Amino acid sequence: MKLMFAALLGSLTLAVLPMAASAQDGPTMKRIAETKTFTIGHRDASVPLSYIGPDGKAQGYSIDICLKIAEAAKEELKLDKMEVKFVPLTPQTRIPLLTAGTVDIICESSTHTIGRSRQIAFLSTTFLTGSKLLVRKDSGIKSLDDMNGKALVAALGTTNEKAAQVEIDRKGIKLKGGEIIKVKDHSQAMLNLDQGRADAYVSDDVVLFGLASAAKNPAEWEVVGPYFSYDPYGMMIARNNDDFRLVGDATIARLVSSGEMQKIYDKWFMPGPTNINYPMSDRLKTNMGLVALPE
Amino acid sequence: MGSYNWNWPILLKSPYFGWIVSGFEYTCLIAVLAWLIAFPLGSAIGIARSVDNRFARAVGTFYVDIFRNIPLLVQMFLWYFVVPELLPHDLGRWVKRDMPYPQLTTAIFCLGLYTASRVAEQVRSGLGAIGEGQRYAGMAMGLTGFQVYRYVLLPVAYRIIIPPLTSEFLGVFKNSSLALTIGVLELTSQARQIEEYTFASFEAFTVATVLYCAVTLLVILLMRVIEGRTRIPGTITVGG
Repeated sequence: MKLMFAALLGSLTLAVLPMAASAQDGPTMKRIAETKTFTIGHRDASVPLSYIGPDGKAQGYSIDICLKIAEAAKEELKLDKMEVKFVPLTPQTRIPLLTAGTVDIICESSTHTIGRSRQIAFLSTTFLTGSKLLVRKDSGIKSLDDMNGKALVAALGTTNEKAAQVEIDRKGIKLKGGEIIKVKDHSQAMLNLDQGRADAYVSDDVVLFGLASAAKNPAEWEVVGPYFSYDPYGMMIARNNDDFRLVGDATIARLVSSGEMQKIYDKWFMPGPTNINYPMSDRLKTNMGLVALPE
Repeated sequence: MGSYNWNWPILLKSPYFGWIVSGFEYTCLIAVLAWLIAFPLGSAIGIARSVDNRFARAVGTFYVDIFRNIPLLVQMFLWYFVVPELLPHDLGRWVKRDMPYPQLTTAIFCLGLYTASRVAEQVRSGLGAIGEGQRYAGMAMGLTGFQVYRYVLLPVAYRIIIPPLTSEFLGVFKNSSLALTIGVLELTSQARQIEEYTFASFEAFTVATVLYCAVTLLVILLMRVIEGRTRIPGTITVGG
């Protein structure tokens, strides 16, 4: 049954299902009411979705959405005052801290997958991206098909690495060294690229645009290729948590309906504090229409 | 942990089981090969630090100071990202693009050189523990410097330092996990990869912990056997 639920969730990815799932109130709302604190888990460098700004505070597109969810939770619980706390997370600490209840919600840039849904739950999709390649403009690489004999780098364990491997196997592309170079994080991937160890870095295109805009010489770099993976991002909460999920999904729906979501998007992406200049894609616009459930 | 959804069978599923096995193999490979560099090199440097030749002593001291005082994580970065940039252009390009298994080779080399500095200190302290008397006795008998070390000092020194050398050998297994920072898919990084794919964090890291413990226990047993086999009655107190 769990398996079926996860499979359904993953295949639909839309917000239709969660609200209809059997009512099961979780520990999160109770904890927020008792402690009068709302704890947001965030990342340090997922620009511009969830990162630590120049002032040392967590900020970004995902954080802004979660602050709205915090307000809604406060209202729902009729609390006179509620503190919002921020906890920085790494990919290694996020699931243990979420399941242990140290954080109430994780607001970053995580792809909603079926496998991951076995451990935690995702709110409605609020961002869509997919895998592309970051290359030097003069490299002549236009897509994965041009990667024969070239070196490809990916961040370990990312959905992008997995998707690239599937494409490479399917198309019979022969990479230099026979396999993808795996690194720990974005900055090391960029270092590999910059030093000429690798010819292309595969990641979510929004991340690649961010990296290129932050490079020494942004004009040297280019994001290429058609999407070869589908990466819907969602906020993560503990499983079996329907009352909290309702607050989250309802907040997202209302933000879209009221037009506020577009404003938040423009604040971070058009052109955004890091000058990323990434207009809302047609796919994401369609997705927003789908998550904007009626009252 | 109220809402954690335990899923142990996932570790036996493809491809995760294969990842664990391959990660474990890499961990053992890195550790053993690094030890094969560290033990002879460390012995040579430890001996160099104990001889009369001032130049040899200076070289040994310099090596130990450099490699022991820089954090291993930083050394991994330096070898992988900085050193190739300092090499002549063609050689640097070869290291970056054509050297076989660049991450693995760098990791083994780096860990071996680092551990050598620690082994060197153990060897030096082993030689120091014997005292000057035996050295002089050997020389008085007409042995050459080489013979004094080969037949008098080293056989005793190595026996003295088996317990601390055991710790260094264990350290090489544990420190091999830092190879993940330059992209070697050893046990810890495979556990991370499983964690990223499935979010089954506790299961993945539990199995990694168990495997590290198993291999280090094996090393301890092995060193105990060596210690027992090589013991010379009456020279060293029996220890654990």
